[in-house]
Amino acid sequence: MSTRVRIDQIPKERYSLPGNAACQGCPHLIGLKIVGKVFRGEATLVIPAGCSSIIPGYHPYTSLDMRVIHVPFASAAAVAGGIARALKVRGEDAGPVIVWAGDGATFDIGFATLSGSAVREDDIIYIVSDNEAYMNTGVQASGSTTYGAKTTTTPVLGKRDKRKEIDLIMLMHKIPYVATASVAYPLDFYEKLMRASEIRGFKFIHLHSPCPPGWRFDDSETVDIARLAVETGAWILFEYNQGKLVISPSSRLYSDKSRRKPLRQYLERQGRFAGITDEDMKVIEEMIDNNWRILLELEKLFK
Amino acid sequence: MKDQVVKKIDIDIDPRIYLISRPREGAAGRTGLWRVFRPVVNISKCIDCGICWLYCPEEVITWSKGSKISIDYTYCKGCGICSQTCPVKAIDMVPEEM
Amino acid sequence: MAVSISKKRIKTAMIGNHAVAQAVKMARVKFIAAYPITPQTIIVERLADMVERKELEAEFVNVESEFAALSTVMGASLAGVRSFTATSSHGLLYMYEMIWWTAGARLPVVMAVVNRSIGPPWNIHVDHNDILTMRDSGWIIAMAENTQEVFDMIIQAYRVAEDKRVLLPVAIGLEGFVLSHSAEYIEIPEQWEIDSFLPSRDPDVPYSIKRGEKFSLGNLGKDENHMLLKIAAMKAMDNARKVIYEADRGYGKIIGREYGGLVERYKIDDAKYVLISMGSWSGTIKEAVDLLREEGYSVGLLRIRYFRPFPYEEILKHLSGAKGVVVYDRDISLGKGGIIATEVLDYVDRNTSFWGVVTGLGGVDVSSKEFADVFKKFVMEIELNGFTKRETVYYLGGEVFEI
Repeated sequence: MSTRVRIDQIPKERYSLPGNAACQGCPHLIGLKIVGKVFRGEATLVIPAGCSSIIPGYHPYTSLDMRVIHVPFASAAAVAGGIARALKVRGEDAGPVIVWAGDGATFDIGFATLSGSAVREDDIIYIVSDNEAYMNTGVQASGSTTYGAKTTTTPVLGKRDKRKEIDLIMLMHKIPYVATASVAYPLDFYEKLMRASEIRGFKFIHLHSPCPPGWRFDDSETVDIARLAVETGAWILFEYNQGKLVISPSSRLYSDKSRRKPLRQYLERQGRFAGITDEDMKVIEEMIDNNWRILLELEKLFK
Repeated sequence: MKDQVVKKIDIDIDPRIYLISRPREGAAGRTGLWRVFRPVVNISKCIDCGICWLYCPEEVITWSKGSKISIDYTYCKGCGICSQTCPVKAIDMVPEEM
Repeated sequence: MAVSISKKRIKTAMIGNHAVAQAVKMARVKFIAAYPITPQTIIVERLADMVERKELEAEFVNVESEFAALSTVMGASLAGVRSFTATSSHGLLYMYEMIWWTAGARLPVVMAVVNRSIGPPWNIHVDHNDILTMRDSGWIIAMAENTQEVFDMIIQAYRVAEDKRVLLPVAIGLEGFVLSHSAEYIEIPEQWEIDSFLPSRDPDVPYSIKRGEKFSLGNLGKDENHMLLKIAAMKAMDNARKVIYEADRGYGKIIGREYGGLVERYKIDDAKYVLISMGSWSGTIKEAVDLLREEGYSVGLLRIRYFRPFPYEEILKHLSGAKGVVVYDRDISLGKGGIIATEVLDYVDRNTSFWGVVTGLGGVDVSSKEFADVFKKFVMEIELNGFTKRETVYYLGGEVFEI
């Protein structure tokens, strides 16, 4: 089932409107605009506490031209499940119910509701727009923060805990769709959303969203950093769809370690890794190698 | 008739008044005022690829294949992503006039 | 009042929890999500059974926690479907954030709270502190005395909650084990009678989740807006007073049972002394009233059915002219005293004697004779000193004491 889309086929209508409260260069906006265009605004977004609670601006206005329900931090997956089931009970077709959550809500505080919703096979699309920290509250470490990264709660030593492997965890929930995406590859994200929307059940998409103020790089470099993450192998684009796991075309090249750009190129552009020790860099590199190894094996397993 | 010290007012109990917001441009104000740098397009260099339109987080770039691009400076925050992602460097970030 | 009692009404014995499930079924609830906790579990089990046997046409979702239960039910109610959940004690505390969000969003959810003590230490017996933690949140809070009332209250709860003049969630409390697990006689009306009392829910009230609707619910706004939302909810609570009476009377006309609205008046008309209580143990207190009257005391019971909205008018009316008031609290606000006593005291005349008696915490059983004995001590003190006012006294092990 290959749905390829060309840039000129993407709808021109705007569903994430200008004049919102997001920082300059915010990756969430790139993600949200794609979500809007895929469903042409006919979707119900459930947004837990995070940057996206603030981005849409002030009541009585909002910058999101979709249906949006703002909910408490840990509750998104459960509320979304309730809405989706109720719409079915009513026989009401109102487009998909989509959780648009940050990494804090997904990896940490909302982990239980995420897991419960997946186990119950709630018919929703769960998108985690991951900027690798609690950004809305000022850059504190989360379960998603990369090892060695400096945040306000890991300010001197950098994060000591390893990143939670959320994609593998969701894969082991035996849900029909798990994919990673990146704001540097919006067409890939668009296609993945299209494919996910055709499936009944719990769909999980993990969107890599580099944050300029949080990771400390210039506003203009958001897409560059996201691309570097893929080109150094640090972020792996893959798609698991109903029994078949494939490394996505844009990441395929980097399954060969020799084709990856040096990790240093990715880390040195970000202030959150400033002064990182060689040992820590080595740890990160090992994690990247390990993730590749697991995914390549899984690709063989899920043929 | 003496004026009442404590007035009695009628309040609308419909929760939608207080909880429902409607989509609108500029929900956070005129974000064009945030700019320190402004993107200036060298339209002759532009190859009409649409990449800046695809990446612009603010949706302030209008692109029509065949008619190239235009930028809405009312809300453009001047992040510079368009300039960075343009494959032919047709967009320059110039200091905004204060 | 002339009411033709339908011949097909069933009179049977039922435990409180089953009465809840029966009412949920007959109220045509379409969505249930719940998590087990003693002593509520049986409600959930009975509903799951009904749904799987197709006796109840509803979506039943087993969730992974109470927090998920109320979140899921909130989502379903947002999407316009009549929804229900139930919990107790720690489960209620675990969903506490969502309790506030549900009421703040003005969603007509109904929840049964099977009252149970809060630990530590672990305790599965009754007191009222769990439901009273919801006091300030914007939920309408009611407590049932017996299985019949529990059934009737759940049905009426949807009528009140979904009324456009109200749009607030409703919590119905029933005492754990005392009512939840005790079998009493209950008369079950026919489905058509319930249907004529309770219309189906309008799915677009208050929010319309459907194609073409573009809105956001709950994004940041001006501080003044937040304050106005709360004041509007107060107005809705005010309206609820009227709507609760309407529902009670309307139910009486169709079904034949009326309770008196926010409060029940038991032998109170000529009473010199007024007892006040809430919840299932009020049945035991009624027995005490009967015992005392036999002995010549002029006493009656004002049973609070609805604690929120607070029935201040009724309390003012029935307390004025009383010689003495005794409030029995099966709860405590540490640092202040019995919660009902605290709220009632505002309406007690300075010259009226008053005792706020805290007892029965952690499930301590209080017999009708003991309730009567406590009251007799109250009267004794009045006769000795001409007056008594004690905001908080405790009754335990045969002793009335202060600390």
